[in-house]
Amino acid sequence: MKKTLKKWLEKTIEGILFLSSTITTLTVILIVVFLFKEGKSLFQSTPIEEGFVLAVNKANAAGNLSANQIKNIFDQNIINWKELGGNDEPIFLFRMDDLSNYYTDEELGENFEFVPQRTNEFIDKTPGIIAFFPSKNIDSNFSGKILPIEKTTLKQFLSEKEWFPTAQPVAQLGVLSLILGTLWVSFGAILIALPLGLATAIYMAEIATKRVRNILKPLIELLAGIPSVVYGFFGLIVIVPQIQSLFGLPVGETALAGSIILGIMALPTIVTISEDALRTTPNAMKEASLALGANKWQTIHRVVIPYAGSGITAAAILGIGRAIGETMAVLMVTGNAAIIPHTFLEPVRTIPATIAAELGEAPQGGMHFKALFALGCILFIMTIVVNLTVEFISSRRKNKISH
Amino acid sequence: MKFSINSVKKKELKQWLAFNVFRALSVLVVCILILILSFITYHGIKVISWEFLTSMPEDGMTKGGIFPAIVGTLCLVTGSMIFAVPIGILSAIYINEYTKASFFKRFVKLMTNNLAGIPSIVFGLFGMTLFVKTLGFGDSILAGSLTLGLLTLPVVIRTTEEALKSVENSFRHGSYALGATKLQTIRKVVLPMAFPNIITGIILSIGRVSGETAPILFTVAAYFLPKLPTGISDQVMALPYHLYVISTSGTNIEESRPMAYGTALVLIGIVLIVNITANALRKYFSKKVKMN
Amino acid sequence: MTPIITTRFVNLFYNEFQALKNINMAIMPNTVTALIGPSGCGKSSYLRLFNRMNDLIDGVSITGDIMVDGEMIYSKGIDIVALRRKVGMVFQKPNPFPKTIFENIAYGLRVNGVTDKKRIEEKVEFSLQQAALWEEVKDKLKKSAFELSGGQQQRLCIARALAIEPSIILMDEPASALDPISTAKIEELIYELKRNYTIVIVTHNMQQAGRVSDYTAFFYLGELIEFGDTKEIFTHPKDKKTQNYITGRFG
Repeated sequence: MKKTLKKWLEKTIEGILFLSSTITTLTVILIVVFLFKEGKSLFQSTPIEEGFVLAVNKANAAGNLSANQIKNIFDQNIINWKELGGNDEPIFLFRMDDLSNYYTDEELGENFEFVPQRTNEFIDKTPGIIAFFPSKNIDSNFSGKILPIEKTTLKQFLSEKEWFPTAQPVAQLGVLSLILGTLWVSFGAILIALPLGLATAIYMAEIATKRVRNILKPLIELLAGIPSVVYGFFGLIVIVPQIQSLFGLPVGETALAGSIILGIMALPTIVTISEDALRTTPNAMKEASLALGANKWQTIHRVVIPYAGSGITAAAILGIGRAIGETMAVLMVTGNAAIIPHTFLEPVRTIPATIAAELGEAPQGGMHFKALFALGCILFIMTIVVNLTVEFISSRRKNKISH
Repeated sequence: MKFSINSVKKKELKQWLAFNVFRALSVLVVCILILILSFITYHGIKVISWEFLTSMPEDGMTKGGIFPAIVGTLCLVTGSMIFAVPIGILSAIYINEYTKASFFKRFVKLMTNNLAGIPSIVFGLFGMTLFVKTLGFGDSILAGSLTLGLLTLPVVIRTTEEALKSVENSFRHGSYALGATKLQTIRKVVLPMAFPNIITGIILSIGRVSGETAPILFTVAAYFLPKLPTGISDQVMALPYHLYVISTSGTNIEESRPMAYGTALVLIGIVLIVNITANALRKYFSKKVKMN
Repeated sequence: MTPIITTRFVNLFYNEFQALKNINMAIMPNTVTALIGPSGCGKSSYLRLFNRMNDLIDGVSITGDIMVDGEMIYSKGIDIVALRRKVGMVFQKPNPFPKTIFENIAYGLRVNGVTDKKRIEEKVEFSLQQAALWEEVKDKLKKSAFELSGGQQQRLCIARALAIEPSIILMDEPASALDPISTAKIEELIYELKRNYTIVIVTHNMQQAGRVSDYTAFFYLGELIEFGDTKEIFTHPKDKKTQNYITGRFG
């Protein structure tokens, strides 16, 4: 009796242990589900502000318009319907508050109860009109044409350059500049971190005495422990003004500032992983090289570094991954302008910084909110690709070493 | 065979050059660290006082102290550890002690690594949708702690796993040979031996959690809250978010600068204490093991 | 004839532990000398003195005189790299680099400043021939050295050592990881190489010592117990411990 109880207990505990071990997997799955559900819904809706419609005269032959075309209409870059495949008719822009320019207060009614009717009237008599107004003002016998707007497509989302999620009448949701900004800053960071980190790793693994290494190792760990806001703060107060005065820029918040800070932050990852990789070089190989009359440096650069090659690659990729996902420090020093950078001395905006800065202000369920989640999906995919690549490299490396 | 003296000299010169370049770059890395630490210490030390640590912020966060932020961070660290430590340790025990090299084990490891690589801002998004909205916790210590807990879970799992791995199999076999069950062996032999390394790992993850900002942005952190939390469904201020706020978007950035230095120094102080404690523990325990 | 290696009152310590005690020995050129003894007796440490491979281990200290080719190799200002070029070494386990067969041999030449492509090619072929490996690998010089069998890898390592034309070759149990056929090939090779090189070989295999060496030194607990003509040692050991070891009573 006691024995079965004991056995049952052991089984229960094993079950609890098993459940705990599935939590990480579960979390990854949940992250995917929540992120992608919200992100996907972006592509099922049109980018017009919620509760608003765009309408044209019933005689207008123009069809499905894209967000970009509408923006160009309202920016008056497109001024004739024929440019959009319609009749030769100049475009007439109309917003709700314009109504009072054409009708007296009496005509609109004491409580604006005639607004829908007048709007309808005005649209009806203006052939070139494009009207942007709340959908609650659509008259019951509305005789105009509600303009169909294309849904945001993935292709547009990824290839359009303009990120202006609060634009009226339609949000501009192009994330190309954000993606490029992220890659640009991360690439800069790795340019700084790789030489420095690799040199430190080589120094620690092969050159330094044990004592020096025992001092360096905890310092590198400390570097890894400093919170990213503190890096951001340091960057904001020390590096940004330096860059501004050094290059004579109007603002110091630039991609360069981001790259420098991210570079410092990626250092510990690169140092630790490449040092580990360098250390896996079998002593037998180093000895063989030295016994052939190679000196220490020749042994390092002809035997040790090639042997650790894939590990160093993994370190670099992981460093980029860290840089891509870093939020706070970048948010504080890069200036956050959503433009495609051409030099390191311009402000940029990265994906994580965009999410951090804008999510608080985006109304839940709106276009903007969904777009930020879609950005989260992109970020997620980027980091998963990085992780799987590293995983792949290191599993191949393990095979090689055991061989 | 004749090897020219020149080539020997050349290669010694190259070695000398290369070694010095590496040495110089390593020194540079250390200098960067020292620069950051000393800069913040220099400016922050003037601000730090008992007063600063224990009083409320005043005058639009340009004066007063950071007490609520310290309390908030303390709550979040405690909350996330209550969640992550047991699950992390149990999970690592299962992976290391119960599963053999199998597809399941490899899959779980892959997922854990993936989770560790997910950027903290994505955790923020996730925590907001799951804990704040779907489960209806609202912006609260509970939601923030769970988000931070998930973030640090892979760290706890990994360090515990390493700690369990470092316990030699001969100890397990010795215990089995005496008629102990698997569970008894784990509880009485494996865990006590792995304990020091597990503790070190937990301390390091405390350091990480206390500095995280992005995951708490949308799950718990309050811009300004001049009162202390009374329960787990309250919002709190937190040190890292506070530093972000007063250095970028406070009511008066210039005037809150000293406050920012002070907050940064407190954050650095936490990291320093955590790292020094972890290293001291490591040294202490490794000595003890040697003596046995 | 003058000895090519002489050691006088050599002591070697790993921190506090004394691994070699007052070793005096002289090794003649163009001979094969076998160092034998139970594991931990110091024979490998002794071998590694001659190309200063012990320097790589932390906490090693050495006293006494070691003379190689008329030079005190532990005196200040000695060129270790030049020494290692003169004293080649083959290790216990084959340890080719993860490079092609060709590059493995060329390595020693390249790190010693040889850049002439033609000269390298000639030297690679010559060394492989000397190591009796040329016929087996001449068509796959660009293949990875790891594709060779263990025995071939070890001969490749010998060829690699030969390429930089040392006058002395140290072998640290070169056949211990190999099958009998490969071992026989290596032993044959050692016999061939004796004409041009001085060979010092550590082995735990008594028969091997008997087959390949001219002289044998027996080490026990860091001391040189007996050193002399191989036939002499194997047939009439003077010391009881030597006799016990050779007849397999300990070790």
